[in-house]
Amino acid sequence: MTIELRTPITDDAIRSLKVGDTVLLSGVVVTARDAAHKWLADAFIHPLQPPSPQEQATLKELKAVLDRGVIFHCGPVVTGLDTRQYRIVAAGPTTSMREEPYQADVIRLFNLKGVIGKGGMGQKTLDALHASPAVYFHAIGGAAAVIAQTVTEVLRVHLLELGVPEAMWVIHVERLPVVVTMDSHKRSLHDQVRAQSRRALDRLLK
Amino acid sequence: MMDLKEAICELIRLTSTDLPAGVEKRLREAANREEPGSAARLAMDTILANVDMARKNSTPICQDTGTPIFFVHYPSGMDTGALTAQIRSAVELATQRSTLRPNAVHSLTGKNSGNNLGNDTFPTIHYTAIKEDTLTIDLMLKGGGCENVGAQYSLPDTSLDAARDLDGVRKAVLDAVHRAQGDGCAPGFLGVAIGGDRDTAYAASKEVLLRDLDGRNPDETLNQLESRLTQDANEMGIGPMGFGGKTTVLGTRITCLYRLPASYFVTISYMCWAYRRRKMTLTAGQVTYE
Repeated sequence: MTIELRTPITDDAIRSLKVGDTVLLSGVVVTARDAAHKWLADAFIHPLQPPSPQEQATLKELKAVLDRGVIFHCGPVVTGLDTRQYRIVAAGPTTSMREEPYQADVIRLFNLKGVIGKGGMGQKTLDALHASPAVYFHAIGGAAAVIAQTVTEVLRVHLLELGVPEAMWVIHVERLPVVVTMDSHKRSLHDQVRAQSRRALDRLLK
Repeated sequence: MMDLKEAICELIRLTSTDLPAGVEKRLREAANREEPGSAARLAMDTILANVDMARKNSTPICQDTGTPIFFVHYPSGMDTGALTAQIRSAVELATQRSTLRPNAVHSLTGKNSGNNLGNDTFPTIHYTAIKEDTLTIDLMLKGGGCENVGAQYSLPDTSLDAARDLDGVRKAVLDAVHRAQGDGCAPGFLGVAIGGDRDTAYAASKEVLLRDLDGRNPDETLNQLESRLTQDANEMGIGPMGFGGKTTVLGTRITCLYRLPASYFVTISYMCWAYRRRKMTLTAGQVTYE
């Protein structure tokens, strides 16, 4: 059965989700990948110097859309860069594991209820998902045309100076298809598949 | 020299938006093998819907349009400097037309060049001179997710009990598939080079992925190893996207290079399910695509 969810998401809805559930996600989500996560860590989580007024203003805007919201590990293809009439034409997930050093802190910083990506994440994130509570939504890697079709509006872009893939695109999606692969009860489909395939590999290496 | 900018730009558009029929056929067969209602089946059905939609809308199959890797076979004597300039302008034009995502990032400053051009090294172009009077350009778009899970082993490898023989090669490749899990966007294709040195082997492990999907390896021993590797990899049950399932690898291609007495490398390039490759041929002023 497919579950329909809309941001902002309640804790009860999150706790009811379990590994293997398929979800159609709607509402506002914000793309954030390598450079954005590093920026959040350097500017706000472990700052070497106080954030600039502009950084503080950006954080405030992001907090408004990300409280009980969802971050999407994605670097889209966007048209309309010259006219600022932005349109997302391709938008699949990127490998999430690269954000493992930052994700737990970013979940706490914004009170995130979900992270969309691919490939799953590690123990530190799994613990943060439990504490928040929040879940990891696995989107279908490479399905960029289908996912772009679910983007109904580009609301805002932050950090465009980092380049199109690394910028934070605030987008509205309708019925984005995802699978819960890490839930708020410390279960990870990725750990299960890794362990089971390890046993098969050991047999094959004999 | 004829101006090929638009023709090459069309090659890029085809590659980025229109998956070859042979790849799509394998994806469809893999979808039918997964349990209806499973996460693996959802992944495969979404992939197939995506392939169809990208083709109809002429938009990129995947947002990571990857490193454009060109393999050029040119009539001996052709001015490759001029051809390089045309390929680079075609890449820039395709980026303006949103067929390619701006993907060239300066490694020190982190700045994206915005046009997919970076020094002389981005995009990648391999040249081979041939005697015939036909120019062929094979283009492969290889995304970062699958590029990151590529691997190179130096045999013998005691941790895998892999010796310098074909069973050692098999063990190294299976270890790489296990390490990749779903991160290379499984179900994928494996390009394997046995031998060579560290850099020639990686290039060969990619070039071998251009071979006809349904063709046999001319070397019967390697042909059997290709089938065995695909079968063994699928026994691990990693499945589409690493969700668990029947198909992890859709096909394996192996090539063999000469090596030094001291070296025995096994090099694996993992190609995601979005196995984007197309070929352009120029004969007597006529351009065709396949």
